[in-house]
Amino acid sequence: MTTDFAPLPASASPSAAAASTTTGSIAFAPSPQEAYLMRIGDSCLIHAQRLAEWSGHAPILEEDIALTNLALDLVGQARALLAHVGQQTGFDEDQLAFLRDERDFVNVTLVELPGRRAGRDFADAVLRNLLLAAWMNVLWAKLQASNDGEVAAIAGKAVKESRYHVAHAADWVVRLGDGTDESARRMRQAVERLWPYTAELFETDAIDTAAAESGLGPMRVSLKAEWEAIVAPVFAQARLPIPASGAFRSTGSRGVHSEHLGYLLAQMQTLQRSFPGGVW
Amino acid sequence: MTASSIDAANARAQAREWPLWEVFVRPKAGLDHKHCGSLHAADSKMALQLAREVYTRRQEGVSVWIVRSDQIVASDPADKAMLFDPMEDKVYRHPTFYELPPDVGHM
Repeated sequence: MTTDFAPLPASASPSAAAASTTTGSIAFAPSPQEAYLMRIGDSCLIHAQRLAEWSGHAPILEEDIALTNLALDLVGQARALLAHVGQQTGFDEDQLAFLRDERDFVNVTLVELPGRRAGRDFADAVLRNLLLAAWMNVLWAKLQASNDGEVAAIAGKAVKESRYHVAHAADWVVRLGDGTDESARRMRQAVERLWPYTAELFETDAIDTAAAESGLGPMRVSLKAEWEAIVAPVFAQARLPIPASGAFRSTGSRGVHSEHLGYLLAQMQTLQRSFPGGVW
Repeated sequence: MTASSIDAANARAQAREWPLWEVFVRPKAGLDHKHCGSLHAADSKMALQLAREVYTRRQEGVSVWIVRSDQIVASDPADKAMLFDPMEDKVYRHPTFYELPPDVGHM
């Protein structure tokens, strides 16, 4: 009996081929100034990845496009910062985004929490958009005065984008918080889930202090009053209670993440790690 | 189904759906707002935001108008011949016999 199908050599199986070409991680050791910028860039990048998960799943088509637009603004901001840090450290933006290990990511934990799965829903998405957009808006406004001209220029563009992100998110938070019994219940649950992670947004450490002393950017603790001035009126209008502050502190911006980031990175990085340098 | 029961079903469907809005975008200062499409939204605020997301994401405009579709009064397509055909042979109404000075620009 003859057959056209020769058995595949063991090395030609798809999994073996992928394993043999998977690219290892880069060794990334940023200076305090570079780490300061990576915290912002990584927060934009991971938030964008979470928003992109809504693509094809938002409650209405128009909002589906809107969430993707927000994600693309954030990818643009992340690219600008990663490329800028990359110039100083000898890596390109793709290597920084796709070839770093989890512990080398320094995004705030709030952005990596599950978006669309694990019991979270659209209320979590719009609330997180508000909490982060308000934070980014205050941060970008101050970064316009950075002594790093490139950072100041990135901030000048991004501050306009973040202002719109605040308006878009605030509209949804009020709409759902002050909506039906069901939408209000879900918004309150989202507040309970996400609020504890906002404390990290205003934590100050050595990296923060170094950036402020060198004139690169503000200490995070200095963002809090203006952030509250944006968020509190929206909560009031949405009839949402602002929870009391607790002792919990998340630690993503120090590289110690929740269990969720690893899965996100596995999905986000698999293509570049399997096909190094692959482009569209 | 009778005509009236179809009307009732349509009314029920419309009551559940968000209203339809027409979107007009001004491509740049000095040009008119042009109709570019429609979308569903719960109210005017949401309609304006979603119009921005859906119809200006490739830098198509600098200004957006929206209007609820049911607020637009339209001519009946069946009246097209009666309303518009009589103008077919009145070329003298076109101001093509004037020469525009070049610095008038876009008109």
